Amino acid sequence: MNVTQILFWFLSVLALFSALMVITSKNPVHSVLWLIATFFAISGHYIMLNAQFLAIVNIIVYAGAIMVLFLFVIMLMNLNKSIEPQKSKWLKLAGAVAGGCLLLVFVAALKDSEVHLQSAEVNTGDIGLISNLGKALFSTYVVPFEISSILFLSAMVGAVVIGKKE
Amino acid sequence: MPINYYIFLSIALFCIGIVGVLTRRNAIIIFMCIELMLNAVNLLLVAFSKMHHATALAADTATTAGTDGQLFVFFIMVVAAAEVSVGLAIIVMMYRNIHSVDVNFLNRLKH
Amino acid sequence: MQNALHIAWLIPLFPLLGFLINGLGRKHLTKSLIGIIGSGVVLASFVMSIWVFMQVRGGNTHVAEYFNFIKVASLKIPFAFQVDQLSSLFLLIITGVGFLIHVYSTSYMHEEKTEHFGRYFSYLNLFVFSMLLLVMGANYVIMFIGWEGVGLCSYLLIGYWFKNTKYNKAANKAFIMNRIGDLAFLIAIFWIIAKVGNVNFGDVFSFAEQNKFTSADITIITILLFVGATGKSAQIPLYTWLPDAMAGPTPVSALIHAATMVTAGIYMIARSNILYSMSHVTMSIVAIIGLATALLAATIALKQNDIKKVLAYSTVSQLGFMFLALGTGAYVAAVFHVMTHAFFKALLFLGSGSVIHAMGGEQDIRNMGGLGKKLKITSATFWIGCIAIAGIPPFSGFFSKDAILLSAYEKSPVLYGIALFTALLTAFYMFRLLFITFTGKFRGTHEQEHHLHESPAAMTIPLIILAALSFVGGFVGIPEAIMHGGDKLGEFLLPVIKPHEGTPVSHSTEYALMGLSTVLVVVMIIAAWFKFKNYQRTEATGLGKVLENKWYVDELYDRAIVNPLSRFGGFLNGVIEKYVIDGVVNGVGKAVNYGSRQLRLLQSGQVGSYVLLMVLSMLVVFVLQFFLRK
Repeated sequence: MNVTQILFWFLSVLALFSALMVITSKNPVHSVLWLIATFFAISGHYIMLNAQFLAIVNIIVYAGAIMVLFLFVIMLMNLNKSIEPQKSKWLKLAGAVAGGCLLLVFVAALKDSEVHLQSAEVNTGDIGLISNLGKALFSTYVVPFEISSILFLSAMVGAVVIGKKE
Repeated sequence: MPINYYIFLSIALFCIGIVGVLTRRNAIIIFMCIELMLNAVNLLLVAFSKMHHATALAADTATTAGTDGQLFVFFIMVVAAAEVSVGLAIIVMMYRNIHSVDVNFLNRLKH
Repeated sequence: MQNALHIAWLIPLFPLLGFLINGLGRKHLTKSLIGIIGSGVVLASFVMSIWVFMQVRGGNTHVAEYFNFIKVASLKIPFAFQVDQLSSLFLLIITGVGFLIHVYSTSYMHEEKTEHFGRYFSYLNLFVFSMLLLVMGANYVIMFIGWEGVGLCSYLLIGYWFKNTKYNKAANKAFIMNRIGDLAFLIAIFWIIAKVGNVNFGDVFSFAEQNKFTSADITIITILLFVGATGKSAQIPLYTWLPDAMAGPTPVSALIHAATMVTAGIYMIARSNILYSMSHVTMSIVAIIGLATALLAATIALKQNDIKKVLAYSTVSQLGFMFLALGTGAYVAAVFHVMTHAFFKALLFLGSGSVIHAMGGEQDIRNMGGLGKKLKITSATFWIGCIAIAGIPPFSGFFSKDAILLSAYEKSPVLYGIALFTALLTAFYMFRLLFITFTGKFRGTHEQEHHLHESPAAMTIPLIILAALSFVGGFVGIPEAIMHGGDKLGEFLLPVIKPHEGTPVSHSTEYALMGLSTVLVVVMIIAAWFKFKNYQRTEATGLGKVLENKWYVDELYDRAIVNPLSRFGGFLNGVIEKYVIDGVVNGVGKAVNYGSRQLRLLQSGQVGSYVLLMVLSMLVVFVLQFFLRK
């Protein structure tokens, strides 16, 4: 096992463990914190895949801005105590079993797929670098990029309208 | 790394997100689980992008194949950010009206 | 000049046009115009028929195919007309007698409203059209169209006064009875198609002549056709509709009973004589049924008091005679009798119509009497009709009846004996009717007596013409014994109807039979004169009461067939319909209702449960795809 593999396994276990903690924590604040941990682990994967731009964006936008927003809302509503009434045990079990079955089916279906012989290049390649992505973004994808700005604008307006007190 | 590992990791994360959606009643937690599922997909997209790049590299050393996948991730993040802003506004609104974020109180759909 | 045969399709077309004009324009045309159109189109057909008849007499026959009526796979049924000796003779009878009845109707129905007057004439024209189609059809299917057409028209005309429930029931009875026969006819057609693959007369008969039918097939086909004929021509067991059919206006009765409809069965069997000659079983059945019907109807006619009912049963009886002739193989005699019967029966019916007209709608002969002094022409022509039907030479009925009796004698003396007895009954009841109605003292009310008058010319002229025909009509078929080469009709029909085989009797026997029947008939007439010249009303008792009630056959049918069927219908309506069919229908509704009530609970409105279901569905889809790909 070289360093790369050790890193991969470490990040993977971290991501899965954090994700599990997100859904099992009673306290919403803890969930948010575990989710941030998951995002960091995923960002680590991005770096390993030499997608530095996405890794940075992930940390800044997701782990930074979005999760802070979540935290902010939770704090604002004073939900940091585990006041959530629990679902019935049977529904929880059913949900868990359904999710588990889905996992099983996905794994079974993709276990023997044709792509499993290929591999993703790690540590090399420069397509994930900002210069490369920037060129593509402002040439080929310039129209969707501009449209996304309109999307943001409308989302902002929407959030303001919804959050406004009558 | 073999692409399989990334696939299974993504599936696992995705399914954890689904289980979270199914088992929790707190609207904010459900929302977070959805973000988790989005990230699982993002990770897979990046992994495929790198896989595609590696394949294309064998034919052409100056290829930029795989850029699209990473830009998709970028756009997904954009959309997710917009979605979160609106979604959280809705949750705040809901909290203001019924003083709870429990989705079980939101059963108006049957009417 | 064969042109006449090529435009023979005009013959049925004229009445059809008349039907359309009178039917559509009945609210706009005047009565006289309707009468002229209605009678004119039949006259045109009659003129055409004479022309065609002349051509056919010259030896020309013609089969014309116009278009394919039905074409399915190998089965091809053309819409074709056949003009030959038999059909041209019937054309003459139908259009000729039909025309006279139309003329008579213009006067008889004059009291009706214009609209109904137009309806009446359009029905009459349609009736004539259907009958012409029936006799001109060159295959069984076209014949069947006309066959159904006359059934429909009889229904329409019997129920012409549709506001009277009793008349409507009579119309229904006629129609339903006919349907029973029609069904048998239809099955016979199917049978023929199955065996021959074709229904053209020519093909079927040549098929039969080559002995390609098995004897079972031919027996079944002929019996089924005969059942069809019993319905249309009012034979046992389907005869009861005919006396009830008197509900229609009197000229309609004349048309149905003399010129059209009831002769359809005779025509059909005469047309199929080749088939019938091949089945002795059927021939015997036809002869026996015919004779039984003749006897039964004659006995009933002895005690009827309604002038039209007597004539109706007399028609049934005479039709029985015709079937007896058919059954003994004397097809020509049957056709001959159809012709003479058409003359004198139309005369008698129209005469009775004239009497009813004079009596202001009264039909009961017990309230008449002594009408001979007031209705001179009617009574004179009625006398001729009665003599003709009784069979006194040289009136027409004598020759045709004699031919039938002779053929019965050739077959078996027993048949002859019964037939002769029936003929004597015929003479007796006809003269009973005549004497009660026209001689003695008037027994009706003063008002009626005051109202008595001779009918107008439009009614008396047809009577006179028919009386003349009843007198001379028999001369086309003078038996060989009296005049060599006198049987013009038999010669004429030779190409269509094969002369019947039988042991010919010597001329002296023939003379003896003729003399016997004539003498006995005269005796019967004299007996009737003494019994009924001063008729007094008496209550019938014993056998007379049974006869007056028509052997209780209608009651028997009611008990044996109508009531069980109606009870069965009531059962179906009350139990099967209500509980089984409605139960199933309502049950489906209730089940759906209940099911949706239960399914509705699935829509809890809980987002969580929706998501769970969504995931489960995805699961199912993936699993299915996974397994199906393998």
